[in-house]
Amino acid sequence: MNGAPPHSATGWLFALPASMGLLVFVALPFLLSVVLSFSNLRMGSPLPLAYVGLEQYRRLFADPAFLQALQNNALFAFVVVPLQTGLALGLALLLNQPLRGQALFRTLFFMPVVFPLALVAVVWVLIFAPGPNGLLNALLHMLSGGAWQPRDFLHDPHWALPAIMLTSIWQGTGFQMVILLAGLQGIPASLYEAASIDGAGPGARFWHITLPGLRNTLIFVALVTTILSFRLFDQVQIMTHGGPRNATATLMFEAVRAVFERQQLARGAAITVVLFLVVLAVAWLQRRISREQRAW
Amino acid sequence: MVSIWRACAYLLLLAAALLFFAPAAFMLIGSLKPDAQVLAEAGRLQAFLPGDISLQNYHDVFVRVAFGRYLGNSLFITVCVVVFGLLVNALAGYALARLEWRGRRLLLAAILAILIIPLEAIAVPLFYELSLLGWRDSYLVQIAPFIANAFSVYLFYSFFLGLPREFEDAARIDGAGSLRIFFYIIVPNSRPAFATVAILTFLTQWSAFLWPLLVTSSERVRPLPLAIANFYTLPPLQWGDIFAFGSMMVAPVLMVFLLLQRWFVRGIAATGLKD
Repeated sequence: MNGAPPHSATGWLFALPASMGLLVFVALPFLLSVVLSFSNLRMGSPLPLAYVGLEQYRRLFADPAFLQALQNNALFAFVVVPLQTGLALGLALLLNQPLRGQALFRTLFFMPVVFPLALVAVVWVLIFAPGPNGLLNALLHMLSGGAWQPRDFLHDPHWALPAIMLTSIWQGTGFQMVILLAGLQGIPASLYEAASIDGAGPGARFWHITLPGLRNTLIFVALVTTILSFRLFDQVQIMTHGGPRNATATLMFEAVRAVFERQQLARGAAITVVLFLVVLAVAWLQRRISREQRAW
Repeated sequence: MVSIWRACAYLLLLAAALLFFAPAAFMLIGSLKPDAQVLAEAGRLQAFLPGDISLQNYHDVFVRVAFGRYLGNSLFITVCVVVFGLLVNALAGYALARLEWRGRRLLLAAILAILIIPLEAIAVPLFYELSLLGWRDSYLVQIAPFIANAFSVYLFYSFFLGLPREFEDAARIDGAGSLRIFFYIIVPNSRPAFATVAILTFLTQWSAFLWPLLVTSSERVRPLPLAIANFYTLPPLQWGDIFAFGSMMVAPVLMVFLLLQRWFVRGIAATGLKD
């Protein structure tokens, strides 16, 4: 490059507001979270601020509450990701057929996506209401022909996390479905025609054309949902407050608890650094798996 | 054979549609019934049938809490973030896609790196940083941090890359400056990108819960998601009122969604472009 590029001043000026915003409100706090996680910062603490090395992390990984939260996030991902992706794929495949009322169905399945999670959580608290009059309890009672014993889902250590999973699946499936539908529509029709001429049945077409054509999209939605599983917070805060007995506590819930209940900013920062590392690992995994596909 | 398959597909879709619609219907219909009726009918099919329709619950919401205030707060915060965000991020996207300047590649790489950082990962230090600045419990603290958005910049950048250069070159030869070109040529030709970013930003801000929970304490600046979380813990527990609150909270989004559905779906599908 000889001399200054033609739009040097303008380019800088145009990019300046966004760059400043990202620097002050994203990059700086991000660096700060790493720095704070190596300190003993606690609001209102009489102790002087000090560098404590990996002490916060050592304590975290020795703390059963934190490990339980990490495990809850992982379990949530382990159950919700395959269930939700499978459900979304099923709906997308059905909607990809030339059916009447397709647009209406798509609207219905997508609608929960525009519901704020806080509202979803509150509505589902009422759906999970204890006693025979609770909506879900009554529904299960009816479906089981009276065999179902009503329970208090959100206060039952075995049911609280599954209840939150169900809520999240209701809200999130439409999002995945729309992306998968776009992926399905991106598979050239000529491939299916050629396969039909060669005598491939619907099953063969699904395995040999649809699934490979959808591979990267499926990886994308599955891993985005995994990341969302580790960011889980709103539903927990509203529906169960982490209980009963930490059965629904998550990383983010523990971080907020550290800051609010104990003023332990350093601990909160360390938890969010762990959260970020998980997100990074998942994103890296996605790149890797998707890249393999391209190399073939 | 084909018709059997088709009938099965319809049955499956219908069953799924019922399950997906039920919670929303439960809320909307419950909001129009007296509270005692909502409770008594919750376990029966009548929960989904409108009984004695009344707007009493809606009235009660306004009497019991400052709903108008929360709605105004949410609207103000969301509109500010959307409007300023469109301007700031589109300008940056334009500079990255179309102008040549030193540092362009570096900034692009930085933005792609920042893209991966979720709000959750920086919420605690950001809360600390802005507390030090004395920004807590204000509109500013709910607006300023979310105007610049790496994903929005990236969406604009990729869209502008695909625009044909001819118009722009013609205007440049006629002596138009970059700002003029941006507003008179780029913006009018990029409606899909602006709609997509506006919708994604709107949805995110309208639903924001974690951040307002961390930084606000007074009702003065409290947005709707935080308000409904408080409202439902407010004794006495009135299901009808909660449903009325919820219906009013989701109504603006639902209306925009039904009007601009194509754009919503496109916008959400656009998040699939992320890699």
